[in-house]
Amino acid sequence: MESLEQIKSRIEAAVPGARIEIVPNDSPSGQRSLLVDREHGFAVAKWLRDDPELRFDYASNVTGVDWPDAELTEKVKVKKVVDGVEQEVEEVRKTVRPGYLEAVYHLYSMERKHGPLVLRMRTANRADQVRLPSLTPLWRAAELQEREIYDLYGIVFDGHPDLRRILMWDGFKDHPMRKDYVEPDDFEYEPTPHDEVLERARRHYPAGLKQ
Amino acid sequence: MDEGLRSELQKQGVFVTTLEELYNWGRKNSIWPLGFGLACCAIEMMAASMARWDLARFGAEVFRPSPRQADLMIVAGTVTKKMAPQVVRLYNQMSEPKYVIAMGACAISGGPFKQGYNVLKGIDRYIPVDVHIPGCPPRPEALIHAFMTLQEKIDAQQLKGEGRPRHLDPDAPSEFPIPEYGEHDLEPPKNPEVWRPAVVVR
Repeated sequence: MESLEQIKSRIEAAVPGARIEIVPNDSPSGQRSLLVDREHGFAVAKWLRDDPELRFDYASNVTGVDWPDAELTEKVKVKKVVDGVEQEVEEVRKTVRPGYLEAVYHLYSMERKHGPLVLRMRTANRADQVRLPSLTPLWRAAELQEREIYDLYGIVFDGHPDLRRILMWDGFKDHPMRKDYVEPDDFEYEPTPHDEVLERARRHYPAGLKQ
Repeated sequence: MDEGLRSELQKQGVFVTTLEELYNWGRKNSIWPLGFGLACCAIEMMAASMARWDLARFGAEVFRPSPRQADLMIVAGTVTKKMAPQVVRLYNQMSEPKYVIAMGACAISGGPFKQGYNVLKGIDRYIPVDVHIPGCPPRPEALIHAFMTLQEKIDAQQLKGEGRPRHLDPDAPSEFPIPEYGEHDLEPPKNPEVWRPAVVVR
């Protein structure tokens, strides 16, 4: 398989306007991935499937990731005048990266016998703009997994033929795999409660439980 | 009847019994379970009914495909909140007298999924359970032990009086309310007439 940089430049030539980014990976596997913008996600995926060199004809896995709002800290060296003398001082700057939801596709090629290529798409935010293009028209295998992402993370896939909840029931309101999901408080007695469970146990058994 | 007199009569070739004993003897040796499995415990339940453990020795090999013909519900496996109303509905459709064995850690308490959002923390929140067997999954021997425990329980039941079983008491409920799917959880999350939270005494 070509390197990700080559694939990126070829996509940019083939799909005009597509914004592609290579997401680094610091883990031992070092498996990097392609981040595609929402507007061109479908066209890029179609090109990846149909390009004679790449021919990614098999989506083996589709999953979702929830990235909540994160506070990033970075140390910046700033020149300041302290007591009349110019000095370099390290300052800690805090920035808030707004959260988003992400869909991750693992693509393989049966024909060319290569892969995986990791394709990512991100929503604009986690609240009201949670739409992504569905890739089910390209890979039928994505249908149930996109439904599962819709169910558990709340990403709405445009163009999905049958977008319904799949694991939870239809009237269910929440998305349980999101980081800020609050589960119903149906605590039951535990013989050795600890940490969070101990806190909940104290609420349910205020007097009787001494630990 | 006096045990000594009975054994004395038996030595003389006279067999004496009571209607209650005969009735319970017949019932306890023909418990037909509902062919109903939810997760990996069901595999052990199948093994228990096969040749190696041979549940047929206890008169319980006839796994019925319909709740109308079954006496015993073996809740074998994880009861998810999505499945719980269907389990209660199946139990309601069984005819009296009916019994429940909660098989495995999940069915008795939620097991390894107890802290999860999608698993019911024990089927005894909605229906009365006669025998609980722990294990993940319990071995077929444990299921056979549960059967024998249930047989002892049936054998000890009285036909009249305060201790009579539910099916002989016209005031006792035979059906239990089926929970509804709510927006965040099952409604109600438990049936307070069947299940009360444990009281911690330390």
